[in-house]
Amino acid sequence: MTDIVLSTKGLSMRFGGLTAVSDLNISIGKNEIVGLIGPNGAGKTTAFNVITGMYRPSAGQVFYRDKDITGSKPHVITEKGIARTFQNIRLFRSMTVLENVLVGCNLSISSGLFSATLNLPAYRKKEAAAREFAMALLDKVGLTEAAGKEATSLPYGQQRRLEIVRALATHPALLLLDEPAAGMNPQESLELMAFIHTLRDEFDLTIFLIEHHMQVVMGVCDHMYVLDYGITIAHGDPASIQKDPKVIEAYLGVDDAGNK
Amino acid sequence: MKMNKNQLYTVVALCAILLFIVIADNCFDAFTLRVFNLCAIYIILALSLNLLNGFTGLFSLGHAGFMAVGAYVCALLTMPPELKEMNYFLTPIVPILKNITLPFFPSLLIAGLASALVGLLIGAPVLRLKDDYLAIATLGFSEIIRVLITNAQPITNGAQGLKGLPRFSTTYTVWAVAGVVVLFMVLLMRSSYGRAMKAVRDDDLAAEAMGINVFKVKVTSFTVSSFWAGIGGALLGHMITTIDPKMFTFSLTYNIVLIVVLGGVGSITGSVLAAILVTVLMEALRFLDEPMNFLFIHTGGLPGLRMVVFSVLLMIVVIFRQKGIMGGKELSWASVAAFRERHSRKGRPQ
Amino acid sequence: MQVPAFEWIKNLMTFTLFLQHIVNALSLGSLYALLAIGYTMVYGILRLINFAHGDIFMIGAYVAFYGTALFVLPWWASLLISIVFTALFGIGLERVAYKPLRDSPRISIMISAIGASFLLENLAVLIFGGRPKGVEVPKVMGQVLNIGSVSFLGVSLFIPIITFGLFVLLMWIVNGTKTGIAMRAVSTDIETSRLMGIDVNRVVSFTFGLGSLLAAFGGIMWSYKYPQLNPLMGVMPGLKCFIAAVIGGIGNIGGAVLGGLLLGIIEIMIVAFFPTLSGYRDAFAFILLIIVLLVKPTGLLGKRQAEKV
Repeated sequence: MTDIVLSTKGLSMRFGGLTAVSDLNISIGKNEIVGLIGPNGAGKTTAFNVITGMYRPSAGQVFYRDKDITGSKPHVITEKGIARTFQNIRLFRSMTVLENVLVGCNLSISSGLFSATLNLPAYRKKEAAAREFAMALLDKVGLTEAAGKEATSLPYGQQRRLEIVRALATHPALLLLDEPAAGMNPQESLELMAFIHTLRDEFDLTIFLIEHHMQVVMGVCDHMYVLDYGITIAHGDPASIQKDPKVIEAYLGVDDAGNK
Repeated sequence: MKMNKNQLYTVVALCAILLFIVIADNCFDAFTLRVFNLCAIYIILALSLNLLNGFTGLFSLGHAGFMAVGAYVCALLTMPPELKEMNYFLTPIVPILKNITLPFFPSLLIAGLASALVGLLIGAPVLRLKDDYLAIATLGFSEIIRVLITNAQPITNGAQGLKGLPRFSTTYTVWAVAGVVVLFMVLLMRSSYGRAMKAVRDDDLAAEAMGINVFKVKVTSFTVSSFWAGIGGALLGHMITTIDPKMFTFSLTYNIVLIVVLGGVGSITGSVLAAILVTVLMEALRFLDEPMNFLFIHTGGLPGLRMVVFSVLLMIVVIFRQKGIMGGKELSWASVAAFRERHSRKGRPQ
Repeated sequence: MQVPAFEWIKNLMTFTLFLQHIVNALSLGSLYALLAIGYTMVYGILRLINFAHGDIFMIGAYVAFYGTALFVLPWWASLLISIVFTALFGIGLERVAYKPLRDSPRISIMISAIGASFLLENLAVLIFGGRPKGVEVPKVMGQVLNIGSVSFLGVSLFIPIITFGLFVLLMWIVNGTKTGIAMRAVSTDIETSRLMGIDVNRVVSFTFGLGSLLAAFGGIMWSYKYPQLNPLMGVMPGLKCFIAAVIGGIGNIGGAVLGGLLLGIIEIMIVAFFPTLSGYRDAFAFILLIIVLLVKPTGLLGKRQAEKV
C-alpha cells in the first residue's frame, strides 16, 4: 500500500432511523481495481453517493489523496479527479452521444460566457480539442458510428458504455462504477470486466466498482469490501472473500444464483 | 455541395427578411407597423424566457418583474427633465434622477444590466428551489417588484405611471435587437454553456457529477434571461410610450409563457414563430370585440370575447399538442426539406 | 415595569381597537384558510397548483350574487345553490382541463391551469361584465354587533365560526371516512392506489368538488365582507392562498388553515401597527413565502422528503 488514492474513516450515513452505511473504512491504492459488493440494499450506492458528495455523511470523513473532501459539492469532487457512473443510467436525454461526452469535457473548456458565445479563438481551440478527445473516447468503445444519434436511442449495453466514456471525459484519476454490469448476461459481464481492466491501464486509472454478483468481479478486482446492512463484513482478496463464512451467510438464500 | 446550398438559402432568407422589414417600415400604416414591431419585442421576451424554461429547465413565472425593472430604468434615464416635471405632479421626483438624461442606447444597456442585477440578487436565493416552488417564488418576486414600483412614488411616480416617453423603439431598433437575441441564443446553445444548461435540464444530478456547477449554471441562465427581459421591457415601454405598474402583472408573464409553450419549450425557431403568430392573432381577433359591444356591456380596457376565444385556442393547444409547434426541435433547411418530401406540395418557409 | 416599546403600542392604539383588529384578522385569515384548503388538497393529490382556484372563488361569489339580485332568492338559498353549482363546476373544470394531462409533465398541466384561470376570468368579463357590482349584504351579515366596546360586522364573527366547523367536518371526512382514506392513499401514491382498486378519477373529482365548495363559500363570505364583485377579484386572494398553503406545508390541510390564519393576521396587524406600510400589503404574502421557502422549504407543518439518487 504505497500511494493511497481514496480512503474513508468511520464513514456513516443515516436517513432518519435507518443507517444505510455504518463505520465504513476503506483504502484504495493507486491503479488498483477494488470491488464493493453486497446483497441488494446493503448500502453500496449510498456509500458512492457519500464519497462523491451527493450526500453529506452523518459521520466520518472521506480523503482523496490525503486531502479531506468530506461534504464538498459533487462538481468540486469531480473537478478534483473522481468521476462516477450511475446504477440507473442517467444520460442526458435530449442530447446526442457526442454531446453527452462533451458535457463531460466541460471542465476542460472553462471559458467566459462571452468568449464561448462569440466563439472566440481561445474558446474555439478548447472546444475543438474537446471534440477530438470525445471522438477518440467514443472510438475506444466502438461508438464512433453512433456519435450523432440520440443517446437514449442506443441499446442498453451501449448506454452503459457511454456512461463510462462520459465519466472518462472529465479526466478522472479515480473512477467509480455503480453496477456497470447490471442487466448484462454473463458473457457481456466478463467482456465488460476485461474492458475495465484495459481502461485502467490505458488511462492510468484507479477503479472502485460496485457489483451485486460476486462472480463477475472475482477475476478483475485486486481486493474487495463486502457490505451487508451497511456494515463492512469482510475485506480481502477475491479468494479469501469467496471462502469467508460471513460473506457466504450474507449471500446465502439472497443470491444463490450468484453466477447468474 | 449541400452545405453551401443551405448557407445560400440562409443568406437569401435573411435578405428577404431584411427587405421585408424595410418595406414594412415604409409602407405599413401606423397600426400594422406597431403590431409588426410588437412581434419583434415578443420574440425577445419569448427567447429570454425560453432560455430559462426551455433550455435550463427552470420554470420561472417572474418575467414581468424583470421587464418592469428594465422599462422603468430605461424610461427614467431617457426622459428629459421637462417631461419628468410634467409626470411627477403629485410627488416630486428625487433630485438625483431629475436632471439625468442619457441617449437611448446607453439607457437600454443600463436597463438590461439593472434587470440582470436584480435577476442575480433574486436568483441566488430562489434558485435553490425546484419546479413549482421555483415558479411560485419567482412569481412572488415579480409581484414584490410591482408593489415596490407602485409605492416608490418619488422614483417611479407610483400608480400614475410614466407618460409620453420618447418613441425610441423604431422598427429598425426592435428588429435589430430581436436579431441579436436570436443570434445570441443560437450561439449560446452551440457553446459549452448551452450544453451545460441542457445537461442541467435533462438531469441535474448527472450534470453535477460531470463537474458542472449546477447552481452557477442556473444563476447564469437566470441572470442572462433577466438581462434580455429588461431590454424587452425597455423596448416595450418606449414603443407604447406609457408605462405603469399595472402593465407588468402576471398576465404579461402568462402571455410570454404561452408563446414559449406554443412554440415548443426549448426551440429557438419555435419561440420566434409563436411570438409572431400570437402577436398577430391577438390583433387579428380584435374584430371579435366590436360587434359584440351591442350585446354585452364593455368597460374601458377590459377585453371580452377576443380574450375568451384566445384563451380557448391556447387551452386547446396546451391540451392537445403539448409539445408546441416545434416540439423542442429547430426549424432548419433539412427539416424543411423533409417536411416538403413528406407532403410533396408547395411549402415555402417564412 | 414599563417597556418603551409597549408604551409606544399603547399610544398607537387602544385595547378595544386592538381587539377589533384581531376579529378582523381572524375573519380574513379564515377566508384565506378556506381557499388554501382547496389548493392544498388538489396539490396533495395531483401535485398541481390549481391556478384557477381563485377564479372558482370568484364564480361562487357571482352565482350567489345573481341568485339574490336576478332571481330574488333569499340569501341562504342562493348561497346553497352557488355552493352546489361551483362544486360541480370545479369537477367539470378538472375533467376538461386537467384530466387529459394527468400523465403529462407537470409543467404542461400547470400551464393548462394558468390557461384555465385566464379563460375563466375572460369568460367572467364577457358574461358578468367588467364593471364592478355592488353586493346586497344580508341583514344578519351586515349588522353591526357590539361585544363590550368592540364592534364589528356580523359576517366577521360568522366567518371564523363556520370555517372552524367546516374544518372539523373536513378532518372527519379525510380521517374518518372511506373516501377520505382513498384520498390519502391517492395523495401518497397515485399508481399504487390505482392498483389497489381505488377509483382514482372519482377521488380526484371528489377532491375538486370539495375544494370548490369551500372556495365558493369563501367567495360568498368575501363578498359579504367586501361587498363588491369584479371578474378579477379571485386573482390576488388565489395567489395569496396558494402561498398560505405552501407556508403551512403543502398537502397538509391543518397546515393550510394555519397558513391562512397566519397570513390574515400578518396582513391586518402590520397595516394596523404600521399604517405607512399599507401600500405594501399585497407584498407581505410573497415576502413571507420567500422567507419560509428558504428557511423551511416544506412549509411549517410539511414533512421532509429526501431526494432519491
